[in-house]
Amino acid sequence: MRQRIFGLENEYGLIFSPNGKVYLPVEKVLGYIFEGLIPNSWPSNAFLVNGARFYQDTGCHPEYSTPECDNIFDLVTHDKAGERLVEGCLPLAEERLKEEGLNGEIFIFKNNTDSMGNTYGCHENYLMRRDVDFWKVTEQLIPFFVTRQIYAGAGKLLKLSGKTHYFLSQRAQHIHEKTSSSTTSSRSIINTRDEPHADAEKYRRLHIIVGDSNMSEFTTLMKIGVTAVVLSMIEEGYTVPNIELEDPVKAIREISRDTTLKRRVKLEDGRELTGIEIQRIYLERAYDYLASTEVDSITEDIVQKWENTLNKLEEDPMQLSRQIDWVMKKELMVSYMEKKDCGWDDPRILLMDLQYHDVKRSRGLYYVLEKMDMVEKVVEEEDIQLAMNEPPQTTRAKIRGDFIRFAREKNRSYTVDWTYLKLNGYWEETILCMDPFSSSDRRVEELIAAASGHRFSR
Amino acid sequence: MSKQEHKTDRKKESGKKEEETGTGSKSAEKGKKIKEDLDKLMDKIDDVLEENAEEFVKNYVQKGGE
Repeated sequence: MRQRIFGLENEYGLIFSPNGKVYLPVEKVLGYIFEGLIPNSWPSNAFLVNGARFYQDTGCHPEYSTPECDNIFDLVTHDKAGERLVEGCLPLAEERLKEEGLNGEIFIFKNNTDSMGNTYGCHENYLMRRDVDFWKVTEQLIPFFVTRQIYAGAGKLLKLSGKTHYFLSQRAQHIHEKTSSSTTSSRSIINTRDEPHADAEKYRRLHIIVGDSNMSEFTTLMKIGVTAVVLSMIEEGYTVPNIELEDPVKAIREISRDTTLKRRVKLEDGRELTGIEIQRIYLERAYDYLASTEVDSITEDIVQKWENTLNKLEEDPMQLSRQIDWVMKKELMVSYMEKKDCGWDDPRILLMDLQYHDVKRSRGLYYVLEKMDMVEKVVEEEDIQLAMNEPPQTTRAKIRGDFIRFAREKNRSYTVDWTYLKLNGYWEETILCMDPFSSSDRRVEELIAAASGHRFSR
Repeated sequence: MSKQEHKTDRKKESGKKEEETGTGSKSAEKGKKIKEDLDKLMDKIDDVLEENAEEFVKNYVQKGGE
C-alpha cells in the first residue's frame, strides 16, 4: 500500500466559569489561551515548533491542526499533543483573568456540540490521487462514512420530543448534504475543499467533516486508519458495487439513533442493511485489495482491529468499553445511573456528556478512566509529550518545525505556511516546499547555515 | 517503524495473559476486582464533576463553528 499524508483538525469548545457563573466573552479567554501558546508572535503566524498550526477558527473556537503525518501512530500522537498544548495554556490564562479580578476556571472540551444545538468540527484531511475520478470516490465513500460512526462516534445525549436519548455520534444530526463546499451551513459528509498543499497536478485533498472529535486513542486510530485503507483500495480500483444508499443523510441520523446497531438502512438497489453489515462489505473488499499488494505491519494490524471491532459490535458493543468512545462514555453513564439511582435526564449525566471531553487531565472523565487503567492506549504518554515540541520526522513538517525553532532561537522574524517559509529581513527569498513526503530541503538547510554563519543587517 | 511493531507485539502478549487468568475461581476474583474498581471510579467521578451541573450544562453555549 502506498504511503499517504494525513492530518487532523480539532475545533475545541471553550467556556469560562467564574464561580459557577459563566459570562465572559469567549474572545477574551481565547486571547489569553493564545498568549500561552504563541508568545511574542503575531496572531496570524500560528505555526508551532512541532509543525502544527494553532489558530482561532469560525465562531471563536481554538483550533489545532496536526502537522502532516505519514504514519497513523504519529497522527494519534500529534492529535493528543494538541490536547496537551491547549491544556498547558490553562494555568496562565486563568492567572491573567485573575489579575483582572475574575476568579474561575476555563474549560476546554474536545467535543463537537454545545447545549443549544451549535456544532463545531473535527476535520480529517487525506492527500489523495488527482487522477482518479473524485465523484466516483465520494460516491463509494459516502456509505462508508455514514456507517463508520458505529466505531468512530463519540456519543451524545440529545433530547427528542422531551425524552433524552443516547446517540452514537456528535455530528450526525448536523449533517444535511452528501457533498458540499460549505463547512458552516448545510454541512456535508464529504466537503469538496480542494487544497492539497502539494503538487496539485498529482494530488488533491479529501476533506472529511462528518467525523466526531475523539478522546480515545484507539478510536482515532480506527477512524483514520480504516479510512486510509478504504481510500487506498478505492483509488486502486477495488470499488464496492451497488453500495449506494437511498438517502445517506437520513441513514446517518437513523444509525446514530440506535445504540443496539440493529437498525437497517435502505440501499438504492432495495436491500436493507445494518451499519455493521455495510462495514463488513468494505472489510471484505479491503481483504481483496490487500491480497493484491504489499502490506505493511501497521496496515495489517489496523485491518485486524477493524474486523475484531465489528465482531464485538455485533456480539455486544459493551465489550468495547476500553476502546470506543461512544461505548466508554455510555458505560460510564450507565454505571453512574445505577449507583445513584438516577436517569438519563439527571443534570449530572448531562454534565458527564460534556466533561468526558474535558482536556484537563485532572478533571476530564476520559482521563479519570485512563488513570485507572480502564482504557486501551495505543501510544505512549512520553511520545505525546515529545510531540508537543517535535515535528514528525518523516514528512515536510520536520522542515517547517526545525525552521521555526531556528528562527525563534535566533530571534528572527519569519513567515510560514503549509507550503512555504521565509526568513524576513535581509534575505527575503520565499522557499516553496511542495512535497509533503519530503522531510529535508537543501535550500532551507542552506538558508539556516547562511543565517547562522553570517551577520545580517536587519 | 520497528518501535511500533514492538508495541503491537507487547499488547498482544498482555491480551493473551488476561485470557489465561480469566478462568475458574480467578474469574470470580476478577469480577470482584471489577466491582471494586467501578465503585472507586464512581467516587472519583463525584470528586471531579462540577458542582452546579444544571447551571453549567445550561450555560455551555458556543458559537457555531465549522
